[in-house]
Amino acid sequence: MLSLLFLIPLLPFAGFAALTLAGRWLGRRGATAVGAGSVGLAALLALALGLDFLLAPPAGHAYSQTLWTWMRVGSFAPGIAFYLDALSLVMILVITVVSFLIHIYSTGFMAGDDGYRRFFAYMNLFVGSMLTLVLADNLLLLYLGWEGVGLCSYLLIGFWYRDPANGRAARKAFIVTRAGDTAMAIALFLLFTSLGTLRIQDLLGLAATRWQPGSGIAVAAALLLLGGAVGKSAQLPLQTWLPDAMAGPTPVSALIHAATMVTAGVYLIARTNTLFILAPDVRLLVAIIGAATLLLAGFSALTQRDIKRVLAYSTMSQVGYMFLALGVGAWSAAIFHFMTHAFFKALLFLGAGVVIQGLEEEHDMFRMGGLRRQLPLVFWTFLIGAASLAALPLVTAGFYSKDLILWDAWSSPDGSPWLWAAGLAGAFLTSVYTFRMVFLAFFGRPRGAAVSRRPGRSMQAPLLVLAVLSLVGGFVEAPKLPLLSDYLSHALPALPAGGSAALELALELIAIAASLAGVYLAYHLFLRRPEQAKALAETSAGRLLHRWWFAGWGFDWLYEHALVLPYAGLARAGRSDLFDLAVTGIARLAAGTGRLLSRTQTGRTRWYAAGIAAGAIIILALMVTS
Amino acid sequence: MILISLIAWLLAGGLLAWYSGRWGGNWPRWISLITLVVHLAMLAGLWAGYAGKANLSQPASWLAETDLPWIPALGIRFHLALDGLSLLLIVLTNFLGIVAVAASWQGIRYRLGFFHFNLLWILAAIVGVFLAADLFLFYFFWELMLVPLYFLIGIWGHENRIYATLKFFIFTQASSLVMLAAILGLYVIHGRGTGVYTFDYSALLGTQLSSFTGTMLMLGFFVAFAVKLPVVPLHTWLPDAHTEAPTAGSVDLAGLVLKVGAYGMLRFLVPLFPRAAAAFAPVAMTLAVAGIIYGAVLAFSQRDLKRMIAYTSISHMGFVLLGIFAWNQLALEGAVIVMLAHGISTGALFVLVGDLQDRMHTRDLDRMGGLWSIVPRLGGVGMLFALASLGLPGLGNFVGEFLVLLGAWQVNIPLTVLASLGFIFSTVYSLWLVQRAFHGENTNRWRLPDYNRRETGIMAAMIAAIVALGLYPQPVIDTASGALQTLRGLAPGYHQTQGSPGAAAAVQDGKDAGLPAGMASGAARDDGSGA
Repeated sequence: MLSLLFLIPLLPFAGFAALTLAGRWLGRRGATAVGAGSVGLAALLALALGLDFLLAPPAGHAYSQTLWTWMRVGSFAPGIAFYLDALSLVMILVITVVSFLIHIYSTGFMAGDDGYRRFFAYMNLFVGSMLTLVLADNLLLLYLGWEGVGLCSYLLIGFWYRDPANGRAARKAFIVTRAGDTAMAIALFLLFTSLGTLRIQDLLGLAATRWQPGSGIAVAAALLLLGGAVGKSAQLPLQTWLPDAMAGPTPVSALIHAATMVTAGVYLIARTNTLFILAPDVRLLVAIIGAATLLLAGFSALTQRDIKRVLAYSTMSQVGYMFLALGVGAWSAAIFHFMTHAFFKALLFLGAGVVIQGLEEEHDMFRMGGLRRQLPLVFWTFLIGAASLAALPLVTAGFYSKDLILWDAWSSPDGSPWLWAAGLAGAFLTSVYTFRMVFLAFFGRPRGAAVSRRPGRSMQAPLLVLAVLSLVGGFVEAPKLPLLSDYLSHALPALPAGGSAALELALELIAIAASLAGVYLAYHLFLRRPEQAKALAETSAGRLLHRWWFAGWGFDWLYEHALVLPYAGLARAGRSDLFDLAVTGIARLAAGTGRLLSRTQTGRTRWYAAGIAAGAIIILALMVTS
Repeated sequence: MILISLIAWLLAGGLLAWYSGRWGGNWPRWISLITLVVHLAMLAGLWAGYAGKANLSQPASWLAETDLPWIPALGIRFHLALDGLSLLLIVLTNFLGIVAVAASWQGIRYRLGFFHFNLLWILAAIVGVFLAADLFLFYFFWELMLVPLYFLIGIWGHENRIYATLKFFIFTQASSLVMLAAILGLYVIHGRGTGVYTFDYSALLGTQLSSFTGTMLMLGFFVAFAVKLPVVPLHTWLPDAHTEAPTAGSVDLAGLVLKVGAYGMLRFLVPLFPRAAAAFAPVAMTLAVAGIIYGAVLAFSQRDLKRMIAYTSISHMGFVLLGIFAWNQLALEGAVIVMLAHGISTGALFVLVGDLQDRMHTRDLDRMGGLWSIVPRLGGVGMLFALASLGLPGLGNFVGEFLVLLGAWQVNIPLTVLASLGFIFSTVYSLWLVQRAFHGENTNRWRLPDYNRRETGIMAAMIAAIVALGLYPQPVIDTASGALQTLRGLAPGYHQTQGSPGAAAAVQDGKDAGLPAGMASGAARDDGSGA
């Protein structure tokens, strides 16, 4: 059974190939069958394989499969090879199941689009690349998946290519993440040169025995990998591309820019955890980046009007929680939050997609309102997603994962009350902006047009399934019954238990209070007394902060002026190639001199005689004087 | 004799194609195509024959050799020799030759016979360059390549072709003369030292040279190869020549003529002058990185699509130069793969521009945009090769560039980091190309036919080649590895002289140091990866 592992990424790739090469013969139904079917088969296979893996785990709780050696030059021989262990199993299960649900949804969402086939081709390519990324047994193959998902992100953000703004957002996403990827490529050079392999498991083992904790090389390697991770996962300072990425169709935002690709950085760090354990300073940096991003993004989410941008900033902020967890060594907590986040954020995006489509491409929450009655199913599922995002206690999945991160941020040997406080403040912000969204869109009186299009079954079913998962998904890791952490401990180092149970309970209660207070504040400011929110925003400090937060803390402005404009200016200035100017200069000089000298060829004997005489005199003079 | 027939077959085909121009119709096209397909069959037979035996991946003497007296009084012989490196490059030559003929099927409308004569003679001369094992013969083919190329651009080129051909001719001719002087210098010094006056490659290897003369002669070769490669700042002929050439000319220029420069460095420059080359390596690698970045930045700002691709060539060939002067196994294999992958990917882009120009009669990016909606097949092909250009894993260019950088890292870390920035800059220009040509609204209301069967076929072959190279480059790596090991064995002192962080590789190289310089040096199986 496990030997079928390679089919899991291959099926979506085959779907892509079929849609690209034979798309014309497939027709629309065929495209649906191939596009969603390939991912559905992959999901079924992943479930069956996962069950097999759980019931009869192979030796060492890991299975590897080599298809062929990609390239062999001397001792450099990375393979097209997959590696399945507890960590990659959790990843492929979440990826295939969520992808399949989103593909089903897309058959409804994209039904009227004339790029239907192209859309599914790109989506399949994405799923294949993402599965390659998490299953890769060596860093070079991981890099292939890594660049593949980046490419699909570019293709899908710019899916509606006729609008240059979409193209701009797509390029921005690709180029910014490519900057991180380049750091990662350099990490690969460094790791191979000093350890002699890129196979992840070998490499981690060698690093643990050869490198001293805190040594320069370990720090350099971890920093460079972190560079790749912050690019893909939209963390500071490479976070600017994610809000713009919302230009893509909403299922894309759900799949790529919420559930899967943006968490690739989290996976990378968890996968190479040994390197980060060897570099404690970098790990602290990871935690600080996470904490800072979750706060900055939380404030920005508070001020957005576009429902998708709220969700984008929210994603950035939630991935920040995962980074925070990674930074304090709570590896499995990060993966747990990745899982619950994939469920509830995909759900929120898909719900938002129905709303946007229902209101004729209306993104502005201030022109929505009262949708509770018009779209009841969407309302209830969206509410469940929002509750999970805001970590409302006990019944939601997000509560368990976020609570675990907060507790680990305090109690881990690397944790600190400061990191916990940042996480707590973030939790408060999260529930404010989340319920601001809920109250603005679904409560109150309708402020815009009425819903003109209702979702069909293909769009409702995924919402329901994801809503269920957003509720029960957290039970795999109850505080007294840490199934997921126990299981992941086959692949990830476990966190030593710290702190007392009483302290844990106290902190938990504080966190619950914070999230409930956030909901109340949102209710007060955006439903009960909206004039107060307006008044607050109208004060001079309020206006300033609002503008600053709304623009994502000005990072775009900074990069535009510090990097983009100078580069474009430089390129434009050099357009005609300075070296060529020098060459043509020489040519002009030669031509000019020639023209000048040719004037002396007058054909008059008198001039020539005079010239000869003058020359003779000069030569004589020189001979005499020397 | 098979080696002579590899060249003679193309020369004969060229003459016949020229003559057949009188018969009118498609005769010259078909004759060229058949000539090249038969040539391909010859090559495939050769390759299959060698691949069966183990001697491809082992350092060894030549795979095949033909050595005839030519001008005995001056020690000039008609000496052709084939190893894995030349074999790969000849296969590329043939492949791009077929592409060039197929891509010109409709674009070229006058003086058909003479056109195909020139095309085939360029290919023959290039094959000669890749086979020559006598420096005089090498120079002969080197110059022979130039004349038909001159006609090709000058007669069938675009608006500004006279300026471009003149510039091209002056650059290459002047630099070739410098190389001729260096060849003669080497000939004389070797003759005086040993009493044997010869141009033979194997004999001239290991000529004792003082460090000053060694450096001067090495620079003489470097200038000629650097103009062809091209190396910034000697590149300025290239954008003009590429832009003005007809499609077939651009494909040959980018795919093949540039490779001749790289081949010269691999085969002649470093093995003949290992110490001088090693001392020069930091400069060469700096120039390489400058080229990678400079080409990429300027490509971004071009408005002429063809000119833009020409500048990307400069950027890509920087990786080749970097790999050659890093001179370890990883970097050299990488350089060979970049050469092949660049030949395919840039060749395909030039064919694509040619197809666009045939349809739109412009290459101006400002007048394009929105083409995706009307010519989706063409757009998809353009997107794919733009992605190859930016080094997307899974396509050939990535394998080569990654290996080059991995090898270069062991020699010079700061320069490798700078070269890696090429990944970002190439993304910028590639995506900009796609945006300007294919995305956006079709504001100019273009109505163009999409790819027909012939054009689709050409592109399908090139896509298959670039994907195969990206996912399973092993046959190519194996074919080159024996030849590259031999070359590395010929320059044993390279890494000691360089005195760089590639110390690990240098230690391994040291094992070869005692071996006599010669073709069958049987270099120790070192991997040079320092691991």
